[in-house]
This record gives sequence, structure tokens and C-alpha cells, in this order.
Amino acid sequence: MRLLAITADPLSVDALVGAVERAARARGEGCGAVATFVGVVRATHHGRRVTSLVYEAFDALAERVFERIQTETGDAWPEATVGIHHRIGRLDIGEASVAIAAAAPHRVQAFQVCRYAIERVKQIAPVWKHEFFEDGEAWVEGAVADPDDEDARATARARACA
Amino acid sequence: MRVKVRVFARLRELAGRGDWDDDVDDQGGHASAATVWLAAVRRHPALEPFGGAISCAVNARFARMTTTVHDGDEVAFLPPVSGG
Repeated sequence: MRLLAITADPLSVDALVGAVERAARARGEGCGAVATFVGVVRATHHGRRVTSLVYEAFDALAERVFERIQTETGDAWPEATVGIHHRIGRLDIGEASVAIAAAAPHRVQAFQVCRYAIERVKQIAPVWKHEFFEDGEAWVEGAVADPDDEDARATARARACA
Repeated sequence: MRVKVRVFARLRELAGRGDWDDDVDDQGGHASAATVWLAAVRRHPALEPFGGAISCAVNARFARMTTTVHDGDEVAFLPPVSGG
């Protein structure tokens, strides 16, 4: 299994954890901890009842962005290994939209890498969420993606290490 | 020169399509992603209000609106992202 992926298939946290652990061992780093983050489709948004979500991605660019996030975590936490899987297409309430796993020798780095990676996904991954409500629909729009924005990167780092 | 233009999410809906080919003046080799955006807005005026809050990519790599564009390039315009 690839560590980085955009997929229309349901996400498997177990499979991602296994892939990250195997990659960490193959690199010869001690693996004493794996932290995971799973983003899940919420039933409501600002009080409106959500019926489903559709995620759209610019696949070719998103895979490069995930590689960039992997490089950034590798620079800051050289002993850690990260995996990022993002789902696209229509998702029902309760389904996983994103799964991140970080393996490291100790829990502190594992948690930090996991948090940093999800912050960066939200900042720069070319993925868009279209929410469908009982009474309408809306595109969700967050950050204007700019991978070279050092302030954004510093914010992700600060949140990871808080 | 001929470029392939791609737009996503809200921009795709506003344009009514996700990609098209466009003939853009190469401005003596100085045409940029911004040149392609202006051509896209002429073709799909509904895109115009979003010019201040987009990212762009040339050949599936993040770029600046000032990045030079060449014949055959794919130029993508991205609204604010909301993955995760």
C-alpha cells in the first residue's frame, strides 16, 4: 500500500497504520509509537443537517502536495514516517474523509507529525468539500493554498508542537 | 499559443465545465498565468469576482500568477481549499 494516496475507495486506518509501520521499520528507525488522525463526515454544519458530502481533488497536484508535506515532516522530524490518504467522491455521514498515520520512535513526535500533517492538508491540499443539506448545498472554502507561505507553515508547526 | 485551462469546485460550476483549450497571445514570450486567467474570465465572466482569492498551478505544480506560460501548458485555477 502506498503511503500517500487520493482514492475514491473507503479508507482503511488499519491498512495505513500497517503501511506506515512497515515503512518505518524498513528505514531502520525504531518505531515505538503510531499516532493516527481520522477526519469524519459530520452530521451538521453550522446547525444545518448535512445529508452527504462530495470531495473533489486535483489528483495530480494533490499527490505532489502530499509528497511535499512528507518532505516537510521529514525535515522537521527525521525519525518519523507519515502516511496520508484522502477520500474523494460522495461520502455519507460518519465515513472517513482523511486518514493520517505517523510512526516515530516516541509518542511526542508521532503526535506532532500527525497534527502537522493534517494542518498542512487543510492549508494546501487541492481538495474541495461540497456539502449537501436537507435544504440546499454549499461549497466549503478555507485557505487560499500557498505552499510557500512561511507564516502558514509556522502556524502548522506551532499547532503541532503546542 | 494554445493552453489547456482547468478549473475546480466552485469555479468549475461557474464556468459550467472543468477544462477547455484556449488560444492566448503569448505576448512575445511573456504571457503568464494571469494572462490565461484574464482570457478565462473573458470566456466565462462569472469567474471574474474570484480572481482575488485563487491559487494557480502550471502543469500540475503550484505556480504564481506571474509564472510564465508556454504553448502546450496546462494552467489550473484553484478556489480556496477545504480538504480534511
